Amino acid sequence: MRFSSVLSLLLCGGLLLAAPGRALAQPTADHQYTTEDIQAGSRLYAGQCALCHGANGDGINGVDLRRGVFRRSVSDDDLARVITTGIAAAGMPSFKFQAPELTAVLAYIRAGFDPSGTPVKVGNPERGRTLFAGKGACATCHRVNGVGPRTAPDLSDIGAVRTLGALQRSLLDPTSAMLPINRPLRAVTKDGRTVRGRRLNEDTYTVQLIDDKEQLVSLTKSDLKEYELGKTSPMPAATKTLSADEIADVLAYLLTLKGGL
Amino acid sequence: MAAQTSPLARDGHTRGTGRLRRIAGVLSLAGVVALGTWTVMAQGQGLPVTAARILNAAAEPQNWLTYNGTYNSQRYSTLSQITPQNVTRLESKWVLQNQVFGAWQSNPIVVDGVMYLTERPNDVMAVDAKTGRMFWLYRWAPAADARVCCGANNRGVAILGDTLFMGTLDGHLIAIDARNGKPLWNVTVADVKLAYSITLAPLIIKDKVVVGVGGGEFGIRGFIAAFDPKTGKESWRFNAVPGPGEKGHDTWQGDHWKSGGGSVWVTGSYDPELNLTYWGIGNPGPDWNPFQRPGDNLYTDSVVALDADTGELKWHFQFTPNDGYDYDSVQVPVLADLDWKGTPTKVMMWANRNGFFYVLDRRTGKFLLGEPFVKVNWASGLDANGRPIQTRQPAGMPTYPGNQGGTNWYPPSFSPRTGLFYFSAWENYGTIYRAEESTYQPGRNFSGGGFTVVTPVPGAPTIGIGRRGPINNWTDEVGNGAVIAMDPQTGKAKWKVTQFDVTDGGMLTTATDLLFTGGREGYFHALDARTGALLWKVNLGGQIVMAPVTYQVEGKQYVSVIAGSAFFTFALREN
Repeated sequence: MRFSSVLSLLLCGGLLLAAPGRALAQPTADHQYTTEDIQAGSRLYAGQCALCHGANGDGINGVDLRRGVFRRSVSDDDLARVITTGIAAAGMPSFKFQAPELTAVLAYIRAGFDPSGTPVKVGNPERGRTLFAGKGACATCHRVNGVGPRTAPDLSDIGAVRTLGALQRSLLDPTSAMLPINRPLRAVTKDGRTVRGRRLNEDTYTVQLIDDKEQLVSLTKSDLKEYELGKTSPMPAATKTLSADEIADVLAYLLTLKGGL
Repeated sequence: MAAQTSPLARDGHTRGTGRLRRIAGVLSLAGVVALGTWTVMAQGQGLPVTAARILNAAAEPQNWLTYNGTYNSQRYSTLSQITPQNVTRLESKWVLQNQVFGAWQSNPIVVDGVMYLTERPNDVMAVDAKTGRMFWLYRWAPAADARVCCGANNRGVAILGDTLFMGTLDGHLIAIDARNGKPLWNVTVADVKLAYSITLAPLIIKDKVVVGVGGGEFGIRGFIAAFDPKTGKESWRFNAVPGPGEKGHDTWQGDHWKSGGGSVWVTGSYDPELNLTYWGIGNPGPDWNPFQRPGDNLYTDSVVALDADTGELKWHFQFTPNDGYDYDSVQVPVLADLDWKGTPTKVMMWANRNGFFYVLDRRTGKFLLGEPFVKVNWASGLDANGRPIQTRQPAGMPTYPGNQGGTNWYPPSFSPRTGLFYFSAWENYGTIYRAEESTYQPGRNFSGGGFTVVTPVPGAPTIGIGRRGPINNWTDEVGNGAVIAMDPQTGKAKWKVTQFDVTDGGMLTTATDLLFTGGREGYFHALDARTGALLWKVNLGGQIVMAPVTYQVEGKQYVSVIAGSAFFTFALREN
């Protein structure tokens, strides 16, 4: 069985675990899409939609197609209507897609833009939950649904905001998968204070972080005498502590984390 | 050129104001409550704005009469009240909130205390430039089938006499009474069903209103056209993609010219002595598949010099032949008279989206200089005539600069005092292009593939056409911004100031060697134009995607800039 088909099924299953009434980056119950739909949608998206919405679907303020964040739409029918009629005031044109083309674009959006077919093994989420807190020691740094430290990124909605492939990559090779914004930061102020933490935001003159005491800190760069960003993720590769099957279980657990609070 | 005005011209104006002041003083002494009267008198000539006034716009530094301020498009002001010494005393005087969603790229016109400003999609307002209070508001609702690639932008109006001129998203040109905001005439310039639009501010040249059309992502055939300001009747048209029998047609094969792109969405410049008007032309269609349209694809990605009376092409210079990277040449042509290797020369300076900075002789289009200002790998360099030696990267490999370019539409500035050319650049920003065969369908997207922004991690957040939110989670690892002060004599930066995020900020320089600019982070900066030293900054909290303007009312100099959804105006604190 092709991975994408597995993914479609998994994601449909995942929906049952999610809070109702929230737009998700996965197929809603009213439609189910095929691998072929998703792949055709990928091509149509690149040609027709990516120019404004961006390759990652987040090119328009307040819209993140990959993560299922829309301004107005909830259902697939809503999305289809917006694509077909456009939103003149926001500068979105109407698209005259054939019905199968429209289905394909929706499939690609609902599949979270991940039609690649990267082989990913997904195990048992319940076992994964146990490993996350226990042997895998993920909960030593990561927080889920209000439990755990804030040192590393909170994972309460990670299954909704990352693709399966990206999650697997993070487990196997954390450094290569670390988003630049999350780089560990070390700064020394001119009065000799050392600040360590994880970067949250940065601009030309300032940087915002959460420090190792979980305080929100904003630094003005002109007040610093040293400023370093780590290129290596503080997270160890999961392969150091877990077997391949166990990693698959953790992955399955992460996929169930959809936020929704 | 008129715009390189000596301080005398400004003094001349100041004397006029001084006389009004004295009259007002006499009225006060006579026991008249003169405040309102004084305000009216101090607004100078007001309307109408004659063609002669536009020609000599530099002699009215209290005003901002065209999109680029003056015909040479230097965006250099001789106003001198705000200086490097007192710039820290700038304070907010008024804010105008825009309730329309999306980046606000408009450039205001200021006529003796009255500002004419547009907002999305096609609203025009007349505003008191001193208080921000509105006189009137005119709203045009573009047709529902209007299509634009990159936002419902309008970059401003032009004024001639008592009339404002606005191009619309659905391809109309509308004349509006500047005194009451009522439409006078409304003509269709191009077919909205074929996805033509007008987003630029028109340019008045003598007795004509000149506009260009957008739609380069939809397989349009671009053009520049001039209209009678009284009637809206078209008086000339230049086809940016030449048809059979037109010069340059042989750079196209088959019928590709019919959907060849060549949009025109940034206002051009004008040299009255040569009677030439200069315009930048956009990308060919389809955007990312150059193999589908063999040939140089003139006049896409070129600057054209047209006879202002007839629209006849006098010369052209193509920056990116057979472009596969969406390197629109829709930058503002900046004109100056420079000493060029010992000879006084009428030049045009141009930092291009393709990553090269150019100096051309604007009489003939002769290439004088070209140097890369960011990392460039789509070309290994320029030949003796300025033609790029193209080095297309293998499929899947990054191309620099990326799709949004080394720079873009953001208006630059040239200061005749420093001799430097200032512009916003995107550094360390690359994209991976994908070329695909596209079939032209009227009014539909005609892109010829796509692109992906290079990120350090697959699927990481990337840079888009506009700022993506208040948290910069893409970081400078995807690209950073820079203000570059280019020495046109060498093609090398005299100084450079980098920004963490990329920037679409335009530039404004003044006779006191201040450089005002902003960026996506929402900071509005005053820099020392000679050194780049930061003299003042304020966080306005929203992306700055246009150039600031400066003007004077009742003896007070103001600086205005749009950030996010608001229009901010600053002046010096009174004490």
